[in-house]
Amino acid sequence: MDGTNTMSQQTTMTHGMGEKLFEGVSRKRLNIASEDICLQVNDLKLYYGNDIAIKGVSMAIPRNRVTAFIGPSGCGKSTLLRCFNRMNDLIDACRIEGEILLDGKNIYERGVDVAELRRRVGMVFQKPNPFPKSIYENIAYGLRLQGVKDRKVLDEVVERSLKGAALWDEVKDRLHENAFGLSGGQQQRLVIARAIAIEPEVLLLDEPASALDPISTAKIEELIDELKDNYTILIVTHNMQQAARVSDYTAYMYLGELIEFDDTLTVFTNPAQKATEDYITGRYG
Amino acid sequence: MKEWWKSGSPWIWLNGGAVTVSMIMVFGLLMLILIRGFGHFWPHGVVQAYYELPGADRVEVVGTLRRSETLTGQSMREAGAPIPEDQLVVTRHLFKLGNRDVTGRDFTYFIDDFLGEWRYPKDMTVLERREWGDFYGQPLRVLEAGSTVAEGAELWPEFQARLARTNQLYDEIRQIERRDIGNINFRLERVRLDQRRAELRGTLTPELERQFVERRAALDAEYAVLQERLDTLIDEARRDAIVMRAAGGQEVTIRLDRIVKAWQPNNMSIPSKVVFYVQSFFDFIFGYPREANTEGGIFPAIFGTVTMVLVMSIIVTPFGVLAAIYLREYAKQGPLLRTIRISVYNLAGVPSIVFGVFGLGFFVYLTGGAIDRTFFPEALPAPTFGTPGLFWASLTLALLTLPVVIVSTEEGLARIPSTIRQGSLALGATKGETLWKVVVPLATPAMMTGLILAIARAAGEVAPLMLVGVVKLAPTLPIDGNFPFIHLERKIMHLGFHIYDVGFQSPHAEAAEALVYATALILVLLIVMLNLTAITIRNHLREKYRAESD
Repeated sequence: MDGTNTMSQQTTMTHGMGEKLFEGVSRKRLNIASEDICLQVNDLKLYYGNDIAIKGVSMAIPRNRVTAFIGPSGCGKSTLLRCFNRMNDLIDACRIEGEILLDGKNIYERGVDVAELRRRVGMVFQKPNPFPKSIYENIAYGLRLQGVKDRKVLDEVVERSLKGAALWDEVKDRLHENAFGLSGGQQQRLVIARAIAIEPEVLLLDEPASALDPISTAKIEELIDELKDNYTILIVTHNMQQAARVSDYTAYMYLGELIEFDDTLTVFTNPAQKATEDYITGRYG
Repeated sequence: MKEWWKSGSPWIWLNGGAVTVSMIMVFGLLMLILIRGFGHFWPHGVVQAYYELPGADRVEVVGTLRRSETLTGQSMREAGAPIPEDQLVVTRHLFKLGNRDVTGRDFTYFIDDFLGEWRYPKDMTVLERREWGDFYGQPLRVLEAGSTVAEGAELWPEFQARLARTNQLYDEIRQIERRDIGNINFRLERVRLDQRRAELRGTLTPELERQFVERRAALDAEYAVLQERLDTLIDEARRDAIVMRAAGGQEVTIRLDRIVKAWQPNNMSIPSKVVFYVQSFFDFIFGYPREANTEGGIFPAIFGTVTMVLVMSIIVTPFGVLAAIYLREYAKQGPLLRTIRISVYNLAGVPSIVFGVFGLGFFVYLTGGAIDRTFFPEALPAPTFGTPGLFWASLTLALLTLPVVIVSTEEGLARIPSTIRQGSLALGATKGETLWKVVVPLATPAMMTGLILAIARAAGEVAPLMLVGVVKLAPTLPIDGNFPFIHLERKIMHLGFHIYDVGFQSPHAEAAEALVYATALILVLLIVMLNLTAITIRNHLREKYRAESD
């Protein structure tokens, strides 16, 4: 981000309680109305059996931005995230109403190829989950699924993805060693590299740094910042600072409802809802 | 005391005690098998002694001491032994006398009080014969075509040389009988079946018939050549003989081709005894059984057991793994699936003989009969697959061990972290791709565990096998040089059944006892070896798929 340019546009934060979250971070105010919308959620309801977990969420997620989902445990933010690549389909009792439009097309329409959807909407999980294969094969997995066999293409993609995930320098000499030999932070970046190897449009990150140490976390956050030029990133996090640091937009959820969704600076410094402010400033509960 | 009770120590002692008792039992069993099994091959010294019951003739006793036991005088008197009234305890010795053809009794008890002049003469010789068991005695003369060629000091080396020559001839004879003539018989049978098939199909032209006659004639000619060679060899092998002095002074002439090996245990040093011991052990493992399995080796039984277990593994692994994958991954979880799962688990508890009966009825008679009618009509009425055999035995055991493989695989699949599946799915893999590329490879160690358990169970199983393919004595091995090399329809021998047969179906119970232990030992070693192989493979796989969370 261009420092001098943004510094001048930085708003003075006087009345919000969340300004200390922005210490050392330059952030400009964004306007969602002027954004290109990538994902449009329309009145999405999700049921587990007879229990409702998401109670009618509607929102528009802008392209090539980082959108953070915050909220207390059990508020449905992870569940919502999993709706974007239909991971919830794996749960038998789960039922979904409403629609999610990806580039204007409903992903819950009949006849949508779920595998194809997941190729377009990549996902990284809370705990690093590399496959029990070599580093190289982990990255190549997605491409091999698509039938890519050309060694040259694979080599290229592996290198590009690892560089994209800022892992190349650390692993370039041991590409064919088991991925389990990497540290937790490296594994998580490997998993991100694996996700971007198949060039998705959207990246879903489900608390990607919660199992990592502070240094690894910083690296992941840097990475997110770099990736947003090419990907629309949705991130679920428990860490308020993290949300403030990495996201452009923030959605606050509570008990399955979307309480507030706006650009991050507004949500943290001048939230429209009392509940949001209470949560951000730690007065929640 | 109360303190001690509260500290939890009683639990430690209780748990530790349970482990100790289990270990003692297992090790006790293994030690028994080891000692008795390995002891069988040791060349024990041959005793010469004199036995004189009151009022009876002095009798010379020659044999090996099997065991000694001490009994009460009372019980011996009641058994009719001439023990004085005031004697409280009596020691008696069990001797293996050999010479079954001469005396008619192999194992005999002798009461210590009447047995005197124990000696171990250097020239006492044990001859292991192809028939009639061992012979104990002192060599007198070596004969060639009826005339003496060696006696005295030069007797033993001369005898050894001639025995080696005869054994070589004998091996050649066996080779011709077993392999070459067996081969010709196999091909003759082929010709007969080909002809019969042509007849049944109505395609037998005079031209074809002439070909069959020619083929048969060619084989007959081959056979005649072999037979001639065989006759010469047999004559050669019959040339030499040895005259032995048996206990009691009787002279017995034994042809060298009737002798497997000879040794003079009283004249052997410890190292040479060790060498002999190792040789005997190898002869036992690689030899063929003789005399209703009570003598000779157990090679066909080892071979049959291993072949059967391998064929079973090839059948049970894919079936069990596929079934487990369906049950765990695809089937809709619900009451029906629970019922199926419980049924499968309970299958493991069905008495194995029931599987044997099922195998005989369903596999052998029904399926095998149908196969015979469809594919081998030319051989009928002689059955090909419609009779117990290797394949049916393996299939029955596969059925028996299927639950073990299913349960292990299912548990293995259940242990794969869901995050790994989701990781694959999130990359656009279908469920099938996720299963076969990520989940199943990760579950292979669990599958190997199932296979290990299956092998251990199958290799030790006997009851069902008696019905579906294992016999006391199989004329041929299930694998040989004749196409198609693996003969799944053949009957096989099996170590477990061999133990039962030798131990409990043989007329020489005393002689069989050691063999039972030795065979049991081999069976245990075999299972250990099979398991070690599987465990090595499993550990290798575990290492390969080692997850950090493990």
